[in-house]
Amino acid sequence: MVALKAVFLKDLALAYRQRAELMQPLMFFVLVITLFPLAVGPNLETLQRIGGGVIWVAAILSLLLGMERMFRDDFADGSLEQYILSPTPLYMIVVVKVFTHWLMHIVPLFLISPLLAVFLNLTMDMYVALMLTLLLGTPLISFVGAIGVALTVGLHRGGVLLALLLIPIFIPLLIFATSAIESASMLLPYHPQLAIIAALLLFSVALSPMAIAYSLKVSQN
Amino acid sequence: MWKWINSFAKPEKAYWLCDVLQNWFAVVAIASLSVGLVWGLGFAPSDYQQGDSYRIIYIHVPSAILAMGAYVAMAIAALVGIVWQWRTAYMFMVAIAPVGAVMTLISLFTGSLWGKPMWGTWWFWDARLTSQLILLFLYLGVISLYTAFEDKQQAGKAAGVMAMVGVINIPIIHFSVEWWNTLHQGASITKIGKPSIALEMYVPLLVCILGFAAFIGWVTIIRMKNEIILRDLHRPWVAKRFGGAEFASVDVGGAKLSDAENNDKQSLKSGGND
Repeated sequence: MVALKAVFLKDLALAYRQRAELMQPLMFFVLVITLFPLAVGPNLETLQRIGGGVIWVAAILSLLLGMERMFRDDFADGSLEQYILSPTPLYMIVVVKVFTHWLMHIVPLFLISPLLAVFLNLTMDMYVALMLTLLLGTPLISFVGAIGVALTVGLHRGGVLLALLLIPIFIPLLIFATSAIESASMLLPYHPQLAIIAALLLFSVALSPMAIAYSLKVSQN
Repeated sequence: MWKWINSFAKPEKAYWLCDVLQNWFAVVAIASLSVGLVWGLGFAPSDYQQGDSYRIIYIHVPSAILAMGAYVAMAIAALVGIVWQWRTAYMFMVAIAPVGAVMTLISLFTGSLWGKPMWGTWWFWDARLTSQLILLFLYLGVISLYTAFEDKQQAGKAAGVMAMVGVINIPIIHFSVEWWNTLHQGASITKIGKPSIALEMYVPLLVCILGFAAFIGWVTIIRMKNEIILRDLHRPWVAKRFGGAEFASVDVGGAKLSDAENNDKQSLKSGGND
């Protein structure tokens, strides 16, 4: 428990001290979304119709960018070896690390999202649905994505490969999330979609730490 | 029994098994593909609605089914490799991955050809087409992850994890995409007992599926033999089997090199031998 708390505090401090790195995926997120009105035209109706999908696609892409450094520094400076050797089970440490990463890198994305909702002319209902799907969906992205990060951490240029591996995996999430937002835009109930995303989240939280731990050991060789 | 199964973890034994199976698969593949395709494309009755263009199912359906089947086989091999540490399981995984990817490509291509006269468009974002496309991406992901690593033992493990993540995801992707959009006709032959397809069309289709399966097995076995030889080039049994003269120079101390270095040398060597 002490070890887990130490990992948590260390990761928090590291993330806080590298604020510039925290900002980059966030700026990428906002920039990608800015491109869409410029590309498809400023018609408010069109923007409202594609808004939910655009935000979700941009969120997945920017999360992929930021995710790369989840285990990179630990791998580079040898902390990862110590985690593997430590008496605390590796999968517990991994859970803490993924959660901290989510807290520091993804929660800012929520804070910025009212602005994006205004950019893309989302209605209040759509905005609530967007927030709920992001709240349930982004931890799912972190946990499943961490498997890919753990597999590619030892490779020199793993960035593009990471995206190739993970984007197909995130398609179901994208489908359910955007369908929830679409239902919200028509004032229909969208809790079935939310329930499915929540189920996927629980499933991934249960299984992926083991896969992440194994992949880290493979990468560490 | 268990010990006997486990003995196939040795490349030597696996190579022997491949040798035995190769000709059987070849015979079954050639026989049933020629019978099935001639029967299906030439003699089966034409459809009352779709005319002769339905005949593409004799290529489309087997490749689509077996693309999924090959992925599952790959994931099972990955599981065996990870749980029981079989080197040969990873070799099988690597051998079957490109074959499955090509099957996926064939099914997408024939589906697109069939879609033009039937739906009036080459491509439609329909549930089955989309999930087949995603299957192709999953295959490519596994293959590119494998090629990204220098150390092939490590590469096998990493690609194995990815293959298993993919196989858990396939049903989720399938149902999510199905919910999302569907235009494709329902499955006509999975309802065992009473297929919604005429018997005269059904039997040649089954023969074709058998032929495609045997063909995939055949190609995979050839690729796997190749992989075993490449990876074990410096082991004594390979030298013994293939009259070690041409390998003798590399063989000295070759076994002591690390895996990564071995692979470098092997790729050079195989380039020279081709």
